[in-house]
Amino acid sequence: MSRAAARWAAALGALASHWRRRPLQAAAALLGLALATALWSGVQALNGEAKRAYAEAAAVLEGDRIDRLEPVAEGRLDVATYAALRRAGLAVSPVIEGSLGVGGRRLRLVGVEPLTLPRSALGEALQADGPDIAAFTGPPWAMLASAETLDRLGIAPGSRGRADDGRALPPAVAADRLAPDLLLTDIGAAAALLGPGLTALLIDPEAPASPVPWQEIAGDRLVLVPAAGESGLDGLTGSFHLNLTAFGFLAFAVGLLITHAAVGLAFEQRLGLIRTLRACGVSAREVAGLLLAELALGAALAGALGLVGGWLVAGLLMPGVSATLSGLFGAPVSGGLSLAPGWWVQGLAMSLAGAAIAAGHTLARAYALPPLASARRQDWAASGRRTRRLEAALGLAALAAGAAVWGFGSGLVAGFALMAAMMLAAVLLLPALLAWLLARAARLARGPVAEWAVADSRQQIPGLSLALMALLLALAANIGVGTMVESFRTTFVDWLERRLVADIYVSPARAEQEAPLGAWLAARPETAELLGLRRTEIRLGAERLELMGRPAAPAYREGWPLLEAAPGAWDRLAEGTGLLVSEQLSRRMGLGLGDAVVLPAPGGAWPVAVVGIYADYGNPRGEATVGLAAMEARWPGARFDGYGVRLVPGTDTGPVMAAIEAAFGLGPDELVDNAGVRRFSLRVFERTFAVTAMLNLFTLGVAGVALFASLLTLSDLRLASLAPVWAAGVPRRRLAALELGKTLALALLTAVLAIPLGLGLAWLLVAVINVEAFGWRLPLHLFPGQWLWLIGLTAVTALAAAALPMLRLARLPAARLAKIFAEER
Amino acid sequence: MLEVREIAKAYAGPQGPVPVLSGVSLALGAGESLALMGESGSGKSTLMHILAGLEPADAGHVRLGGAEITVASDAARAALRRDRIGLVFQQFNLIPSLTVAGNLAFQARLAGRHDPDWQAMLAERLGLAGLLERMPEALSGGQQQRVAIGRALAVRPELLLADEPTGNLDPETGDRVLDLALELVAETGAAFLMVTHSERLGARLGRRLTLAEGRVA
Repeated sequence: MSRAAARWAAALGALASHWRRRPLQAAAALLGLALATALWSGVQALNGEAKRAYAEAAAVLEGDRIDRLEPVAEGRLDVATYAALRRAGLAVSPVIEGSLGVGGRRLRLVGVEPLTLPRSALGEALQADGPDIAAFTGPPWAMLASAETLDRLGIAPGSRGRADDGRALPPAVAADRLAPDLLLTDIGAAAALLGPGLTALLIDPEAPASPVPWQEIAGDRLVLVPAAGESGLDGLTGSFHLNLTAFGFLAFAVGLLITHAAVGLAFEQRLGLIRTLRACGVSAREVAGLLLAELALGAALAGALGLVGGWLVAGLLMPGVSATLSGLFGAPVSGGLSLAPGWWVQGLAMSLAGAAIAAGHTLARAYALPPLASARRQDWAASGRRTRRLEAALGLAALAAGAAVWGFGSGLVAGFALMAAMMLAAVLLLPALLAWLLARAARLARGPVAEWAVADSRQQIPGLSLALMALLLALAANIGVGTMVESFRTTFVDWLERRLVADIYVSPARAEQEAPLGAWLAARPETAELLGLRRTEIRLGAERLELMGRPAAPAYREGWPLLEAAPGAWDRLAEGTGLLVSEQLSRRMGLGLGDAVVLPAPGGAWPVAVVGIYADYGNPRGEATVGLAAMEARWPGARFDGYGVRLVPGTDTGPVMAAIEAAFGLGPDELVDNAGVRRFSLRVFERTFAVTAMLNLFTLGVAGVALFASLLTLSDLRLASLAPVWAAGVPRRRLAALELGKTLALALLTAVLAIPLGLGLAWLLVAVINVEAFGWRLPLHLFPGQWLWLIGLTAVTALAAAALPMLRLARLPAARLAKIFAEER
Repeated sequence: MLEVREIAKAYAGPQGPVPVLSGVSLALGAGESLALMGESGSGKSTLMHILAGLEPADAGHVRLGGAEITVASDAARAALRRDRIGLVFQQFNLIPSLTVAGNLAFQARLAGRHDPDWQAMLAERLGLAGLLERMPEALSGGQQQRVAIGRALAVRPELLLADEPTGNLDPETGDRVLDLALELVAETGAAFLMVTHSERLGARLGRRLTLAEGRVA
């Protein structure tokens, strides 16, 4: 071993001995970084998995990556039109797409014609896992699905499953790159299962332009749906992923605060050692290098732990994320998790970068430390006042920058920028605010112990500020997201109440039951109103939406949740001149009251005017409503969607439902009462926000750990402040109780300050982020009960975090405290 | 006033208990002063901590004005310190979060005997009158030690215990601080026990007691 290596080894051993003597401090530093890495990489894994799923879904035709021609009105495109286009030299490929019931589930069945299918639309599934072309295109054909989907359906590869109506499916082939709940087969097989007629024609982007424009051949029947450039789901769910990323980043920042506090404190404690090393001939560069090496080792260890944690977090949250994405956006994401090698590398890199951020300042100080510098620790109080002023100035600057971005920008990016600026400003202003509040409290303190306690709390702020900042961020995020979710819940419950106008909903699966069921229900004495419902799918411009037919009945007129309405809206709906649009559709298409819309009815264009905008929470697609009678007249083929039955007041639903069931043999999916629908909807709602709630809890947990780690690592330093008070005659138990009270007071003050910040976040979420993400804006409700609960939780967290150091203080041998008087401070 | 009988104390060592004090006895009356001397490791500071009730003794008795310190509970010992003992340490050990005025008044207020006139007089005599609103970190070592002495005397203690009070000061400042302490102790009539290495300083007190390897030499 060279002399230099021996010197380094000896110096590193001396530096590392600090951690051996203070295992809890070492644990805090590692835990902070590991938690930061875990939550960040966990969220990245979730995002990566979802994006992979979107890519898979998009790779099989649904994605808008290729221009396609679709029928103007509902219905199928005939093969003759396709043949005419091909004959004219247009490189189009037919697709049949629809929903198929298999094993009690609704799956998406896509039929393609592989010979004309554009290469770019072929997707990895067909290229990599596909069977040979002859087996795919000829009877009995082949049906590709992911192994997970096949497993769920109980169909073994090579075997033939059956659709719910009993028809045999083509032999199954497992293709792992396919999205969940998707079946891919030849167009011939799809026609056999879904019926004849095409649903779309894909335009080969690589083929030379046709001499004859498609409009000349089928301009009246087809509409061009241009490629979106990226997966539609990518765009639609972008805000959701941005939300997740923001949460991950928040947790990462909170974790780094823990590490920063632990590493900074270790540096303060090792100043004497560093001075000795320098005096013994270890250069500043070498000391800094050794500290860097120590940091890199720690970061690698914490990163590895964090990645394992991230994998666990992602595994825990994936089913919830999958539920949210399918619930809110209709995005097919499986609940499984497969992590790419890049994820591990990125996680470790984040851990190393995080360690560098958390300890960079400390390393710079070690490098610049003069060899004969006093080993006296940095004075917390003096540096605290200076730092507080600087932090407050930076906080105000961040607030100004956020306001500027908000003033000049708009949309999601400006919203997130303002949110980041608000949070940054709040954490930077927190120490100054707490110091100011405690200065006011000092005036109210009576008695020497109370005065000392308040003054000492002020002096503790610099040491605890990082943990308190972490707590502030976590609490504000909780209040913000909690207020948003609770506002949504309140609005949603009210909306559901008003939207579910009928007492019983009957949706027979067999269309032939419509007429007899309607006649039977209308004749029942218990029936007060019979509300028929029809639906069809139409395209307005590039927007595909559901058009509903609803009767302008009293049930709707009384309570239907219209956000805006023109005078006589329901009358105009009944006349066939009015249109109601959902809030999402109105935002997406920029439609307001009075705007003219031309609906592409099969019998010809139908001009109507927007007479109302209604809330349609939870529906990923745009929706519009016309009068039922007008729809039946204009869309004879519109699908019957069931009856809503309003009963005579006072009628029990049970016997009526039993009578319907007995008369028509309907199953539980076909017949449901108001309470059942409500129960189901609320269950979907709860499931949708389960992920947010869990991430919220994680962030609060990390903040609790931050507080615990800070108090624990500071507890040794605190002895120097407590010993003179103890020597002056304040018993240890009372001192411990005072310490507990002070920690509690600081945490509670932080919690109170988190309320306005959290409400600011809630406003941003409701007024900006949500509108961009989902297309609807909610009224903001305040929930003081939730704040009280969080304040209580903060008290419990602070007490739990302070309990161990305080227990140590209360049980500290008197000799240890007395020793303080002989130690160099 | 102060009566110490057969005090013994040992600390746990890797090879078993290490005796620090063995059979130490002494007595100190009101207005008397005693210099406790001895080499490093002779047990001076440990004895002072036991006298102040900061550490328990393994054996023996310490009585202050009739109150038994060695068998008292933690709370009772804290009360004794608060009401009857003034403590001064080599490292000053001021309360960093309180101003000079706050430090001076702290123990007297705890004991419920805060006398603003007495405190003002102490501050004047100790040369602290112009520094009352400063924080401890803004004071020199000599100033900090004067605050520590003022804090200890502000309670008008029966017993003033000082552990190397001038150890961190230059000789000139140390002499001045000790002069002040002796003057004020004489005025209050307190018993004064000071731990010191210095023969010169020790000679200025009424009596001397030397410890060697934990025993009275």
